[in-house]
Parts: sequence; C-alpha cells; structure tokens
Amino acid sequence: MKRRSLFLNSSATLGFIFLYAPIIALIIYSFNASKLVTVWGGWSLKWYVSLFNNDQIIDAALLSVKIAFISATAAVVLGTMAGFALSRLGPFRGKMIFSGWVTAPLVMPEVITGLSLLLLFVAMEGMFGWPSGRGASTIIIAHVTFCMAYVAVIVQARLSSMDESLEEAAMDLGAKPLHLFFLVTLPLISPAIISGWLLAFTLSLDDLVIASFVSGPGNSTLPMVIFSKVRLGVSPEVNALATLMILIVAIGVGLGMWQLRRQEKLLAQPEN
Amino acid sequence: MSGKPPVQAGPTVAAVDAITQGLAKYNFFRRVSWGRLAVIAVPMLWLAVFFFVPFLVVFKISLAETAIAIPPYTALLEWVGDMEEAYVTLKLNLGNYLYLLDDVFYLDAYLSSIKIAGISTFCTLLVAFPIAYLMARSNGSTRALLLALVILPFWTSFLLRVYAWMGILKKNGLVNDILMGLGIVDEPLTMLQTDFAVYLGIVYTYLPFMVLPLYSALEKLDMTLLEAAEDLGSRPVTSFFLITLPLSLPGIVAGCLLVFIPAVGEFVIPALLGSPDTLMIGRVLWDEFFLNRDWPMASAVAIMMLIILVLPIMLIRNSQGKEESA
Repeated sequence: MKRRSLFLNSSATLGFIFLYAPIIALIIYSFNASKLVTVWGGWSLKWYVSLFNNDQIIDAALLSVKIAFISATAAVVLGTMAGFALSRLGPFRGKMIFSGWVTAPLVMPEVITGLSLLLLFVAMEGMFGWPSGRGASTIIIAHVTFCMAYVAVIVQARLSSMDESLEEAAMDLGAKPLHLFFLVTLPLISPAIISGWLLAFTLSLDDLVIASFVSGPGNSTLPMVIFSKVRLGVSPEVNALATLMILIVAIGVGLGMWQLRRQEKLLAQPEN
Repeated sequence: MSGKPPVQAGPTVAAVDAITQGLAKYNFFRRVSWGRLAVIAVPMLWLAVFFFVPFLVVFKISLAETAIAIPPYTALLEWVGDMEEAYVTLKLNLGNYLYLLDDVFYLDAYLSSIKIAGISTFCTLLVAFPIAYLMARSNGSTRALLLALVILPFWTSFLLRVYAWMGILKKNGLVNDILMGLGIVDEPLTMLQTDFAVYLGIVYTYLPFMVLPLYSALEKLDMTLLEAAEDLGSRPVTSFFLITLPLSLPGIVAGCLLVFIPAVGEFVIPALLGSPDTLMIGRVLWDEFFLNRDWPMASAVAIMMLIILVLPIMLIRNSQGKEESA
C-alpha cells in the first residue's frame, strides 16, 4: 500500500506541476526587463506600462467585455427558457428536435459554427439588407447562440436534480405560473443561473475562432488582437496582459469558492 | 434574526403582481398554454434561425462556384427570360465534393485530425488519472483545494494557456535553457512547431475536462471492494485493472469524449504550436476561407466534417445518454 501511494502522490504532483509551470513561467517573464522575453534582464514593470499605453489592446479589451456582458445576459435568458422547457414543460411536439438543437452547439467544432453563421449573415444581408455589415452585433448573436447551449444544460441539470415538491406546493396554494416561476423556481435555480452566466461570459471573452469569422473590419476583439500579435512570436506585452487576466480570474474563482462554501454552511444549518 | 424569512417576499410579490397585471392586458399571457408556448417557441426560433438555417446556407454554398464578386460565390438559382418566356435555372456544382474525394490532401487532413485528437486524448487520460484518483482519495479540505487548483486554469483564457507553451518550447526557451544548463543536450532541441507540441498543447488545455468526470466516477468507487481484494491476496496492480478501472469506465468514456470532440476540430493549437505541415481539418477550413477566400470549398469541407466527424459523435453521445437514463 505504501509503495503505491508514493507512486500516486508523485505522479499527481507531477500533474499539478505540469498544470501550473507554464502559468508561473508566464507570470515571471512578464516582469522581465529584457526585450528578448526569455533572456532574463532583471525585474521591471515596463511591459505593464506599455500595455496600458497600447490603445489597440485597451480598445479590444473594452469591446470584448461589452460583447461578453451582453452575450452572457441574453444567453442566460434564452438558455434558462430552453432548460426550463426541456425539464418542466412535459412532452411537446418537436421536443426531440428542440433538445437536439439545444445541445448540438456543444459538440460543434468552432470553425463550422463560425463559417455557418458568417454565411447566414451574408445571405441575410443580401436578402433583407440586415445585418448591414458585420461587427459587434453579429459577434453577439453568434456568442448568444453557442453560450445559451451551456446555460441550458446547466439549468436543465439543476432543475431535474431538484425536488418538484416545492413548486407543487406553491401551485396547490394557488400560485399563478408567473408567480410560481419568479418566486419559487427562479430563486431555487439561481446558483445554476449565476454559474451559467459566468461560464457564458468567460466563453464569450475567450472566443477567437467564431469571432474571427463573424466580425467585420475595425471590430477586433481581444483574442483576435492577441492572436495576431503572438502568431509572429512571443510578446512581452501579451505576457503582462496574461498575468493581469490570470490575477483577475484567480480572485474571481477564489471569491466564488468562498461564497459557495458560505452558502453551503448556511444551508447545512438546521431550520429554526 | 430567527424571525426573518429567507426570501423578502413583500416587494418581490408586488413587482411580480405588477408585471402579471401588465401582461394580463394581453390575452396571450392570461392562459397558461400561451406562456408555455412562448417559453418553448422563443429559444426554438432563435436556434432555428441562428443554428439550423446556417447549415442549410452552408450546404447551398458548398454547391456553388467561386466567383470574383461580393459575396465571392455564384447563385444556384438564376432567373432567365423576358415577358414571353421565363426560366428559373438551377445550377448545382458538385465539383467541390469531387475535389474533396479526389485530392488526398483533404482525406489526410481528416485522418490526421482523428489521429492527433485520439493520441492526445489517451495521453490526457494518463496524466489526468492520478490527479483524479488523488482528489477522490483526499479528505474534505484537501479535496476542495485540489478541485480549485484543477478548475482555476479552466477559467483562464484558452488562447493564453496555449501561448504560454510558445515561450517554454521555443529554441531559446525555458526547457532548452534547463536542458542545456544541466548539460543533457548540447544543441537546443526543436520542440515548437512540431506535432509533439500540438499533442502537448491539447493535453495541457483539455486536462480539466478529463480530470472532472474521472474524479466524479472515482469518488463513487466503493473502497471496501479494494480492501476485500487485498484481503483475498490480490496485488495492487491486479486490483487496479480488475476493479478500479472497470468501475471508473463511465468517467473515462465521458472524459475522453469531452477531450476528443473539441480537439478534433481544433484550430488555435495547431496554428500556434504546430508546424506548417501539421494537418488538422479545422486549420484546413480556416485557410481555405481566410487565405484562399474560397467560400464554396470551405463550405464543402465543413459539410464533410459534419458528416464524417460530428454526426458519429452526436450518435455516440445520444446512445450514451440513453444508457445512462435507462
């Protein structure tokens, strides 16, 4: 037993080193004064300064956050409706097709989703004159479409693992459907909705392939700018940007975990 | 504190009442069936327009010819005629598909995508298993910490995680510096822009997708089975292959699908870490579209990809879902 757990511990430790070494290397190199990224030239913050003076990156970051915010919010509304329809509304005509369409974007390669939406937008522009040109609005439509699938799956999982007795009790006491949804169901599935929103936000913020297809000239999102910079090689500014993004995510995940544990503790307390 | 209800019912009820009364003016929300219809119809309509119809458009354009125009393809239906005689001509160009079948390049790209995704998925499984096993065997707080450590990279940018390897693998990068410093190699190794870098990139970026389903399968594993096996004289290796592995199979299958599916259509990893010769179908489609500006050919590649790669995956997933619910 002893020998096996030594093997287990060391291989798992190697796994965690593998997971974190590149991230740590990236963070250390972001403070490197040398322009030759991997040749150490002493500690420096100059890449952070040049990052904040880079209008192209700042503009792209603002555009990406705006798109991610709108897409995540719309995806949560549509995804919650879809998840609710799949788990609470019983059988209806076309349910098979509906559930197929809801989950298919999860297995669709990004290049196909991107290409197909671009060709749709071009065809629609030819036929109806809308959308005229491509930009933030077409990226948002594309992101809502693939993000709502993730939200729907999360909400559906939460709803089907949830006891229906609370909703039934409310109905027995005469709650109207809208009351029932907003006062009973929605508070109960709010953790799923929050994690769905966060996931949609991150997915949208991180998407390179789909946005590259459906965006127009002058509407580069942050991943598109990063990609065009790093395609040519390692860039110290991108290291600084990556460090900042990792920091934000680490704080966010930390706060989320803390909040989750606090809630669990509250729920674990006996009702008085 | 104890008298306070968990949900502040008062103002919320009032707000919902106001909304309901406002909506009640319109006949369609007064009846449940209309509300029900709306909840189904709105997302369904969205998916029909922005998910289903696009594939019909892709299929249509895959049958067109390239043209120097905006948009750069020919129309299938053409209206020919005057006041006396009028025709609608339909011209379908199967040339793109014939070319796909004829040129070995595309077949190679499909096969090579499957090969690269398959090998990387297996390597991911090898790296992920000890991590998931350790997590499942740890106690409460260690487990939560390890779980957070696995999930954290998943929330950071995918693009930046791939990029991080560029600085490590390049000629004067971290790995070569360490290897040369230790005197293990005399000349820097070429690691960036190789298939090896692509495998590494896939294993690295998709590791959390494999660890999480493995962990949830291993967590349910009944330890008394392993103890019983040990008592009966089974060696640890034997117990692993006869008990642990078969019982964690659902997690293995789920994790492998979660890694294989996105890996097979991957574009970013071969574009940043691979060599120009690293053939992956996602990259072929991208180049066909962005470099050659051949929209009909890109569409044909996409349709073939749907038939060869995506449809089988969806069928496997469906049969899996049925097995689980059965």
